[in-house]
Amino acid sequence: MSGAEKIAVKVTEIVPLNDLVTRFKFERVDGGLLPTFSGGAHTVVEMQDGDITRLNPYSLMSDPMDQTAYTISVRRDDEGRGGSLFMHTRVALGDEMVISYPVNLFSLDLRAKKHLFVAGGIGITPFMAQIKQLERFNGHWELHYACRTPALGTYGDELRAHHPNETRIYYDDQDQRINLADLLEGQPLGTHVYVCGPKGMIEWVRNTAQADGWPREAIHYEEFLAPKPGKPFEVKLAVSNKVIQVGEQESLLEAMEREGVDAPYLCRGGACGQCETSVIDYAGNFIHRDHWLDDAEHDSGEKIMPCVSRFEGKTLVLDR
Amino acid sequence: MTLQFNDETFRDDYSFFNSERAIKRFPFPFHEDSYMYSVNMEQHRGGPVDSVYEKRFDVDEHYVSEMRDRAMVLADDPLRCQSLPHMTLAGWDLLELIMVSKSEDYPDLFELHRDGDKWRWINRPLGIDHSFTFLDETTLPYGPMEYITRQAQGDYAVLDQRDDNLWMDAGMITTQADWSLDFDIGMNFFEWHAPVPLAHEKGIFVRALKFLLNIQQGAPARRLNWTMTVNPLLDTSPENYHKWGIQKTTLTPENLGAKQHLRVELQTFFRLPRSNALVFPIRCYLCSFQDLMSVPKWGRRLHRVIRDLPDELATYKGFIDNRPMMLDYLAAFDDGLLTSPGIWPDLDTEPALQK
Repeated sequence: MSGAEKIAVKVTEIVPLNDLVTRFKFERVDGGLLPTFSGGAHTVVEMQDGDITRLNPYSLMSDPMDQTAYTISVRRDDEGRGGSLFMHTRVALGDEMVISYPVNLFSLDLRAKKHLFVAGGIGITPFMAQIKQLERFNGHWELHYACRTPALGTYGDELRAHHPNETRIYYDDQDQRINLADLLEGQPLGTHVYVCGPKGMIEWVRNTAQADGWPREAIHYEEFLAPKPGKPFEVKLAVSNKVIQVGEQESLLEAMEREGVDAPYLCRGGACGQCETSVIDYAGNFIHRDHWLDDAEHDSGEKIMPCVSRFEGKTLVLDR
Repeated sequence: MTLQFNDETFRDDYSFFNSERAIKRFPFPFHEDSYMYSVNMEQHRGGPVDSVYEKRFDVDEHYVSEMRDRAMVLADDPLRCQSLPHMTLAGWDLLELIMVSKSEDYPDLFELHRDGDKWRWINRPLGIDHSFTFLDETTLPYGPMEYITRQAQGDYAVLDQRDDNLWMDAGMITTQADWSLDFDIGMNFFEWHAPVPLAHEKGIFVRALKFLLNIQQGAPARRLNWTMTVNPLLDTSPENYHKWGIQKTTLTPENLGAKQHLRVELQTFFRLPRSNALVFPIRCYLCSFQDLMSVPKWGRRLHRVIRDLPDELATYKGFIDNRPMMLDYLAAFDDGLLTSPGIWPDLDTEPALQK
């Protein structure tokens, strides 16, 4: 089986936080302790939706030192393929589920003199755990959090109450904007900036920081892409000697798993590189959506990330 | 099982020895009759009973003597143990990993009692019974990494992961095969592997790094590596080359079987939970040629591997000058029969030597 090690858990708390976001708490089925983790880690939650196994990554937002339970916050996506809707509508208190061991693709750089967090919307969740980790060791941090309205400002009140001096919240409906240029300009040397939120926000922060002369290794970001639906296509798997169909609503990775082909993964969101697959032959166009391959690799037609990327055309032969 | 600890030295009079049991469980590194680099990684999830793979951290008859030797190396050269400031949390991770593993795997030798942050650690072989506060450095006599690795066989490279690379930012390195923590500290994966021949061209390091970056909590990995050492020396550091390098010239056809040692590293890789760092324990096992020759399969195979090894590798591993003499010795133990695949001694199935 691919992916990280698995843990059997039960749902011990479900808290709707606002119109879009619900928090879930998991404890081990066997009553034991969960592994500690590092701030920024995620877990992949398995959802048994009839015949379909949905696997979605969610940032762990509880205290990394707390081994009694993990919590995640799930933002409902009505346009998505159904994972977050399943969590919101079908998961009940006491349900048993399977989650993966923590995997961290968005780790704190512990050399940083100061950690500057920029969050947008549900992108607040990894910072919740990172803030708890830094508080434990008297770390120096500051959070700038943009959200649509006060009602949708998930954890905003909690953060402001506990960390009034470190937290600044910006509401779109009140026309509040992060003044990024000034914010970056005023940071002490040795500051690292971390951004998690919508694609546009990540690019804005990365580009602004880079243009301002920030070293590349001091800029950190995380965006998990949910696989997007698209036109069905056919793919030949050369190693497994199978021809399989990828449906409109499923990813290439999911289609391989459905056909019993074991393919590696860690994030299922185009970020970790685990599922990188070589292309043996193709006639058509790739729809690359990952963060892993660079532009030249995307253009080369030699690699594809099956967790989020698709294909339109006649022939696609993969080394799986 | 009660473990008997050898009273032995790895210097001066070299009283080091392997018991019959230690020879049978020696991690012979060649799974076939030839050798070339590969990313020979596998999961580290136990192995045959009483093999060096069985436990997360192997404790054997050399434990007490190895820890005594480590203390001597550190007394002479404190720079063998270093930790950059941002690696302290990884040190606590490592302390927890070793204490939990050893107390669970060897309950007759080690005990760990935890009441929140108040911990008590009992190490019977070394006579330690110490209470301390987890994550509070002031309650330990050394930093957390140094404290626990003064009580754990093998070297420990503690690697920070950032910027899609691994950085040698902390370590306890006293039993190394001719490399130096003080030289490598702060280097990344490609920098510290720069001196290795052939493997760069084969793309080995790019693949190995990718594998290591993806090692996850709860899923450790392992591999074997090897070299040669004249006399059972644990400390073959560049810092002390003037002491041990010259010993390579003391081999004679008469003393080679006793003096020439195959040196095998069991390398394991664990993701550390709180820091997201990676720890790379490198456990060194030594076995003299004459002890290896007591296993017919190993006798046959070692001759073929050493005979066919590319010159670059024999040079890099430091025995090119002695190779002819080694081959004269080993040839007597190669009767030309086929060997069985795999590294295990296969005493039940491998025929006795035919001469």
